Amino acid sequence: MKIAESWLREWVNPDLDTDALAHQLTMLGHEVDSLDLEGAGIGDVVIAEVVEFGKHPDADRLSVCKVNDGSGDLLDVVCGAPNVFKGMKSPFAKPGVTLPNGLKLRKAKIRGVVSNGMLCSAVELGLGDESDGIISLPQDAPVGSQLVDFLDLPDAVFDLDLTPNRGDCFSVLGIARDVAALTGAALKDPSVEGATVGIDDTQAVELVDPAGCPRFAGRVIRGIDPAARSPVWLTERLRRAGLREISPVVDITNYVMLELGQPLHAYDFGLLQGRIRPRLAKVGEKVTLLDEQEVELNSDTLIITDDSGPIGIAGIMGGLSTAVSDTTSDIFLEAAYWPQDFMAGRARAYGMHTDASLRFERGVDPEGQGRAVERATQLLLEIAGGKAGPLVVESSKKHLPVSKSIVLRSGRISRLLGLEIADDEITNILQRLEMTMESVDGGWKVTPPGHRFDMEIEADLIEEVARIHGYDSIPEVTEISQAPLATVTETTIDLEQVIATLIARDYQEVITYSFIDADANKAFTGCVSELVLSNPISSEMSVMRASLWPGMVAAAAANSARQQERIRMFEVSKSFHGTLDEHTEVLRIAGLVSGAVLPEQWGSKPESVDFFDIKADVEALLGLASASDDVDFVATEHPALQPGQAAEIVRNDVVIGIVGKLHPQLAKQNDFKRALYVFELDAEKALASVAPSASTISKFPAIRRDIAVVVDDKVSADELVKAVASSSPELIRDVRIFDIYKGEGIEAGRKSVAIGLILQETSRTLTDDDADAAMAAVVSKLEDKFAAELRD
Amino acid sequence: MDCRARFGVTYMQALSGLIDQAASEIDAASDLAALDAVRVSYLGKKGELTARLKSMSQLSAKDRPAAGQEINKAKQTLQGLINTRRDGLEAAALAVKLAADAVDVSLPGRGNSIGGRHPVSRAQARIERIFTNAGFGVRSGPEIEDDFHNFTALNIPENHPARAMHDTFYFPGGNLLRTHTSPVQIRSIVTEGVPIRIIAPGRVYRCDSDQTHTPMFHQVEGLVIGEEISFANLKAVLHQFVEAFFERKAELRFRPSYFPFTEPSAEVDVRWGEGKWLEILGCGMVHPNVLESAGIDPEKYTGYAFGIGIERLAMLRYGVTDLRMFFENDLRFLRQFR
Repeated sequence: MKIAESWLREWVNPDLDTDALAHQLTMLGHEVDSLDLEGAGIGDVVIAEVVEFGKHPDADRLSVCKVNDGSGDLLDVVCGAPNVFKGMKSPFAKPGVTLPNGLKLRKAKIRGVVSNGMLCSAVELGLGDESDGIISLPQDAPVGSQLVDFLDLPDAVFDLDLTPNRGDCFSVLGIARDVAALTGAALKDPSVEGATVGIDDTQAVELVDPAGCPRFAGRVIRGIDPAARSPVWLTERLRRAGLREISPVVDITNYVMLELGQPLHAYDFGLLQGRIRPRLAKVGEKVTLLDEQEVELNSDTLIITDDSGPIGIAGIMGGLSTAVSDTTSDIFLEAAYWPQDFMAGRARAYGMHTDASLRFERGVDPEGQGRAVERATQLLLEIAGGKAGPLVVESSKKHLPVSKSIVLRSGRISRLLGLEIADDEITNILQRLEMTMESVDGGWKVTPPGHRFDMEIEADLIEEVARIHGYDSIPEVTEISQAPLATVTETTIDLEQVIATLIARDYQEVITYSFIDADANKAFTGCVSELVLSNPISSEMSVMRASLWPGMVAAAAANSARQQERIRMFEVSKSFHGTLDEHTEVLRIAGLVSGAVLPEQWGSKPESVDFFDIKADVEALLGLASASDDVDFVATEHPALQPGQAAEIVRNDVVIGIVGKLHPQLAKQNDFKRALYVFELDAEKALASVAPSASTISKFPAIRRDIAVVVDDKVSADELVKAVASSSPELIRDVRIFDIYKGEGIEAGRKSVAIGLILQETSRTLTDDDADAAMAAVVSKLEDKFAAELRD
Repeated sequence: MDCRARFGVTYMQALSGLIDQAASEIDAASDLAALDAVRVSYLGKKGELTARLKSMSQLSAKDRPAAGQEINKAKQTLQGLINTRRDGLEAAALAVKLAADAVDVSLPGRGNSIGGRHPVSRAQARIERIFTNAGFGVRSGPEIEDDFHNFTALNIPENHPARAMHDTFYFPGGNLLRTHTSPVQIRSIVTEGVPIRIIAPGRVYRCDSDQTHTPMFHQVEGLVIGEEISFANLKAVLHQFVEAFFERKAELRFRPSYFPFTEPSAEVDVRWGEGKWLEILGCGMVHPNVLESAGIDPEKYTGYAFGIGIERLAMLRYGVTDLRMFFENDLRFLRQFR
C-alpha cells in the first residue's frame, strides 16, 4: 500500500524525520518496500495557462501555444502533447530549468519555430510512471505561482508491504494508530460528526443473509453537481496512493477507503429498483460489472441484488446497471461489512483483484461502516454539494464479531521472549494499542479493540508487546541443549562421499526441475506418469519425473549448443512414482557423460567415452560400499537405452540401478548428436553397505597362471569369471580378464578370452603341482560349462 | 747407470716428478676410459709405480723400508687422485644425462580434471554442517504433500489469505507440491516427539516464474522445541548461523512480520558494515496451534522455527545476481563453484 507522508502526518506527527519514520514503520512490521520523494527538484516549475493554441506549420503532431506564465509576456511554446487545449492550466518549465530526469531546458527552434520552454507531463516531473499528455491542472490553479506550492510538494510516498494479518492497517488511520502506539505521538480523533440531514429519502435494505452481511450502512444523497471536479488536495493524495482522478463521487469513496480502511460503493439512486438484498449468488446467475465484463457467479459468492437481480459482487466490484455516470446527481452510498470468511479467495476465483477485495479479504473494522458513510457524505457535500438523507445502518448483532478478552500472563511473556518487561511497560504498550486491561492474578484480562480482530490468543498479545517494545531489545541467548551422541552408521554410504567421488571423477553437479514434459517422461521411462499437475507453469513442466535423465539430457543438449564438447554431469535428487493416491519418492543418483574421456591435453590422444568408462564410474561409487563384489551388471532392455549397451545393476537379486548408452534416436530427439552415456542409481538401495570384516592375509607367495580359452561370443565375461573362481575356490584369490580377441584364427561367433588367475594358500607355499591341478580344474569346468577350447 | 744415483735423494725427486706427471694426466683424463688408462699406466701390473715396487729388491736392506713406504705413499696418492677424478667424471656424466631428462614443468599435468558441486547444493551442505556441528539433526519429508501437512497443521486453514500468497501447485484430488519445508516440522514432531532440534533442507515449489522467482527452489527449515526455548535463543542461533555461513561479523535486524505458523514472527535482515539491509529469512516462535496439531502441549513446551531460502544465501555468498542461473545448468557458470 502506498501512503503519502503528508497524509500520515495529518493523523499522527511524531518527532521523526522522513527516514526515521520509514525505519519505524519497518520495525513495526510494515516494511517500507520503497520510499519515493515526489516533487523534488521541480521548484522552478510554475503554473502557466495556454492562452492561444494552433497547429505547427511544419509538423502535424506539434502545436504552437501562446503561454502565460505570469511573467507578463506571452511566450511561444511548441508542444507535442495530444491533450493541449486553449485555456488549459499546466506546469511550465522555462529555459534554464533542469527537470528531475536531467533534461535542462533551452530556448530552441523546433522545426523552425522558437520554443521558450516546455509544458510538462507527470512523467517529466517525476510525478508518475505514465502519462498520456501534459498535466491538466484545475482552473483555479494560480498562474505564475510555483507548482510545488499548489500541489503541496515535495512529499514522500511510502510503499508499505503489509502482512496479511493486519487488515486494519490498510489505511492511513490504521498505520497512524500503530505509529502513535510506538512513538507516543497523539493520534487525530477519527470520529466524524454526523452530516446535517436535509432530505428524508432512504433506500430500503434487507439483510436476508445476515451471516454474509451482518452490517450494511447506507445513505441517499440528492442533488450533487455532476459537473463538479475533485479539489487538487484530494486528487493529489489519491495520485500519491496510486489512484487516478475520476469523478468526485468515485474519488471520495476511494479517498475514504484509503483514509479509514472501509471500502464504499456509490449507486446511481435513480437506477436502483426496489429493495437491496445482499445474499449468496445462485448457480447460473450473471452480472455485468463496472468494467463491462459479464461474470457468471459461483454459489459461494456474496452479491448485492435489487428487484432487477444482481447489481454487484459484494466487496469486489459494483455492477454496470446501477453505476454512477457523469450525469448522476442522486446517489446511494453503501458501506457494508463483508466477513473475511465470505471474501477469502472469491476475487481470485474470478481472476479479479481490487482495492476493496484486498481489504475485505484481510478484514475491515466491523464497527467502521457508519463512520465511513459520514466521512464520505461530509466530503461530498463540501465538494459537489447536494443534500443528505438519514444514515441508515442495518445490523444483525448476532452475526457481528465480538471482541473476546484474552488472558495474558506476565510470566509467559518473559518465557516466550527471553526478556523481562516490567508490568507497567506491558500495560502501557497494550493501552496505547487501544486494548482494555483488567488485572487478574499473574497478569491481565485484555480486550482488544474491534479493529484488532487479529488478536485471538495470548501469543498474539505477546507479539504486540514485543513489537512495540522493540524486537531489538530482546537479547541473544544461546540455548542449552541436551545432545546425546548419535551413531555414525556404516550400513549406508554417506551421500557426501558419493558426491565427493563423482566430483573427483570430473562430474559437475546440476539441479534440474522435478517436473518435466509428459512425453519426455514417457520416452525415457516407458511409463505414463499419473502425477500430473493441475496448474503447471507450462506443458514442459507438467508431470513429476520418474527419472532424472530427461532433465539432464536437456541440460546436456543446452550445453552442447553452447559449444561444450565434453559433458560430465550428475544430479542427486528425487524421482516420483505411483499414483495420485499412493506415490513414492525415490532419492536417485544419476550421471551423464559425453565427449572425450579426458579433457583435451598434450601427450594423450583424445578418446571418446564408451560404456566401460561410465561403468567404471558406477563401479567406483558402488566400490565405496563393503561387499561391492556382489554387484552384477546384467544385459537388459530399456526404453531410453540403445539395445546391447544397457545393463541393470543388480545386487543380491535387487536392481539397484541402470547404466547404458542413450538410445541414439532419443538423443536426436533431444537435439543431441553425439554418443551419450547415462546411469541412474536408487540411492537407498545402492548405498547399502556393511561394516568391513577383516580376513587373514596370506604370508605365502602367490602364483600367477594365465590361460586363453575360446568360447561362444554370447558367453559373458561375468559368467566366465564366476565359473573360473568357483572351480577351486579355496585356492583362487583373483580372476581377471586381460584380453578379448575376435577375428583371424578364431571361428566367427566365438571369441578368445585371456584369463589371469592368482592362486594362493593361507597356510603353505603352493607348489607347481598344486597350481597345475587347479588349472586343470578350471579348464575342465570351462569345457563342461561353455564348451571352451583351450588355446595354446 | 748409477744405481745409487737412482735411489737416495734424487730417487725421491724422481718419484715426486712421476706423481706430478700422473696427477696432470689424471686431470687431463676427459672420461672414465681415459682415466682408467692412466690408472693402468701407473698402477697396473705393468705400471710405472708397480715396476718401482718390483725393483726395490735391488736396494739395500737398510734403504728398502723407507723406499717401500715412499712408493706405497705415492700409490695411495695416485689412487686418491684417480678416485676423486672418477667421482667428478661420474657426476658430470650423470649431470649430462639428467639434463637431457629435464621436462617443461609448466606443462599441465595429465589425466582427468576435477568436477564440482552446484552452488545451491554447496550452500546447502555448508548449512547442514553448521547446524549438525551444533547438534541439530537433519530431516527430510515428501515433496508431494497433502493439504494437512502443508497448510492446515501449520495454522493455515482453508481460505486463509496466506494460501493465496503461496502460489501452490496442485494435483487432481487435492495433494500439492510442498510450498515450504515447514511440513517437515509437523512430521518430525509427530514421529520423534519433543524436545526436538532439527533442520530440514529440501526442494520447495511455487507456481511463480519471473526474473526473481523460479517455480522450484530450496529452503532449510529449522525447528527447536523444548521447555525453555525463547525468542532470545532464536536470535542467538540465527546470528551465529549468519556469521558462520558468511564467515564474517554481521549485524542482524529482526523485524515484526507475519507467518501463520509462528507467533511472534519476524523477518530477518542482515547487513555488513554500513551496507544495505538485506532480507534473508523468516522465523518466529512456533504457534501454539501448530504444537497442538502435532499433539504437543503448548503450555509445557515452547519452540522456535525458521525458514531460510538457500538460493538467496548462495546468491549473497557467491555474488550471483540472477536467480535463474541456478537452474539453467550452464556448465560455464557451474564450473566457477568448484
